[in-house]
Amino acid sequence: MSTPQLFFAYFAVMMTGLSLMVVTRKNPVHSVLYMLILFAHIAALYLFLNAEFLAAIQIIIYAGAILVLFLFVIMMLNLRKEETEKRFQKQWPLGIGIGVVLAVFLIMIVGKIAVIAPLGPYSIDAVRSDGHIMTVGKVLYSEFLLPFEIASLILLVAVVGAVVLAKRKIE
Amino acid sequence: MDMANYLFEMTMIMPEITLICVGLILLLLDLAVKKKEVIAVVGIAGTLVALYATYKLYIFNQPQNVFAGMFVLDGYSNFFKLIFYINIILTICISLKYMTIEKSSFGEYYALILFATTGMMFMASAADLIILYLGLELMALSTYILAGLIRKQPRSNEAALKYFFLGAFSSAFLLYGISLTYGMTGTTNIKEIAVALQSLNIVDNPIVFLGMIFMIVAFGFKIALAPFHMWAPDVYEGAPTSITAFMSVGPKAAGFAVMGRVLFESFGAMQLQWNSILIPIAVITIAVGSIIALAQTNIKRMLAYSSIAHAGYMLLGIIAGTADGLTSTVNYLMIYMFMNVGAFAVVISLRREGFQGENLEDYMGLAKKHPVTSALMLVFMFSLTGIPPTAGFIGKFYVIMEAVNSGHMYLAIIAVMFSVVSAFFYLRIVMYMYMKDPKEEVTLTSSSSLNFALAVTTAMVIILGVFPSFLLNLVRSSIAG
Repeated sequence: MSTPQLFFAYFAVMMTGLSLMVVTRKNPVHSVLYMLILFAHIAALYLFLNAEFLAAIQIIIYAGAILVLFLFVIMMLNLRKEETEKRFQKQWPLGIGIGVVLAVFLIMIVGKIAVIAPLGPYSIDAVRSDGHIMTVGKVLYSEFLLPFEIASLILLVAVVGAVVLAKRKIE
Repeated sequence: MDMANYLFEMTMIMPEITLICVGLILLLLDLAVKKKEVIAVVGIAGTLVALYATYKLYIFNQPQNVFAGMFVLDGYSNFFKLIFYINIILTICISLKYMTIEKSSFGEYYALILFATTGMMFMASAADLIILYLGLELMALSTYILAGLIRKQPRSNEAALKYFFLGAFSSAFLLYGISLTYGMTGTTNIKEIAVALQSLNIVDNPIVFLGMIFMIVAFGFKIALAPFHMWAPDVYEGAPTSITAFMSVGPKAAGFAVMGRVLFESFGAMQLQWNSILIPIAVITIAVGSIIALAQTNIKRMLAYSSIAHAGYMLLGIIAGTADGLTSTVNYLMIYMFMNVGAFAVVISLRREGFQGENLEDYMGLAKKHPVTSALMLVFMFSLTGIPPTAGFIGKFYVIMEAVNSGHMYLAIIAVMFSVVSAFFYLRIVMYMYMKDPKEEVTLTSSSSLNFALAVTTAMVIILGVFPSFLLNLVRSSIAG
């Protein structure tokens, strides 16, 4: 196994393990902290893809902003009761069973993955020569203009939803 | 990009832009205007403007690809948009009085309906999987909020949360499917995926197959196909009834729109593979929907299972895998909208202050006191069962015929068998209304907008049942063009 493969294997295994920790912890604060480590590992994977900008964004936005928000919400809600209750419903063996079947299926066919498609115009060298932020910006405002605008609409709906569900008084 | 080209591209998404602008206007109008009727009328007027824009854009013989090939304007998407517009208008008509009774008549309600529909329109017009996903999220996020709008009711909160969590789960499946497909073909463009599958010779590749299965799972969730239907009964029961009507038509139609486009245009060469997934799903869906509906005592839950069963029938047209098959599915969707929204309109008319009117027993002896409403319910129930001369018969007839034409005789037999089973729970309501004595006095809530919706849906159910060829020809020419 070459060194990059070794690194990838480490991060992949760690990410799976950390995700499991996030969903199995009883204390929500612990879950969020495991998620923080998970996000750092995801950022490392972006670095492997030579996507430094995305890695930085991953740390700044997810680990920096969103997780802090998570922690705020958890502290605002009193979740002491949550910790004493059972973590999973009684159907959890069924869920694990389906997950295992899916995993076995994936492992069986993983060898068929092949990079055969023609590569796109944004090779590592092309991105390096223009700079990451410039490339992302250019693509967002030309090729991906419409998706970019729809994404902004989704954010608007989220804001409207938060206001209508949280701000309105209940008679 | 030069200016003229840019303007041309903007013209192509004029209907969507119109709906978004009207939605924003409604949000602002809510601050200034106290009367919700004004907001509703502006919403309907905006929808009509968007409808006019779509009509004006109906001039091209060729599909128009704009925004770097991400958005396509063709007859197929335009016809789905027509379904969405009618769905908005009918939903707003049945909502007005009902949401006042529920004390949840917010201006945002109407704006969110428009935003959700914009998402559906982007889905129908998606020529790229990224647009498809974003349209789906826009639609889904708006409907999650709409489902939870009656905040004082725990079951409404439950509906919103359940829909949200399971919806997020299904989005993950969609993204996984998209990324697997992208990894193998190197493109997210729906048309180019088909080209890449041929040129790279990976039609038989199991990774591509898995990517397609994941996408089918995600679409199946939105359409409420078994075994991805678990959310539907609880969400349909808990959501405001008007939103249940909206949800049982809009997201379902949008789900079929993207399923039809992705399967036919991207994975057209893999028809055998997708049928090996879709045929069992169709059989389970029809069976689960028809059988579990028998045990329901709440009419909204019963109609939820009924909508699951109908999704199974609609799937038969896709399984046929031909343009005629797709025509029969889209035709069924249009008919289903009228009969289903009509049935929900009757359910809404039973709701009044301090009375839910959702139990089947509330319908006992309804015909004695309210003969007209009972007669309308009778028409909708006959239509949902598929009894001629109602439109429901025409819808079922064509999908089953397409199943036979494509050589799936056994599917046709199963569909007809469960159609007979479903007659039991539809006609039980008719029996309750006409042959039982009333348990308690039921007074109906009526309003002119609700009556309008009832009149339109009843008229369409009967007209489309007697003269089916008009709609069918319209669908056929739309899909061809």
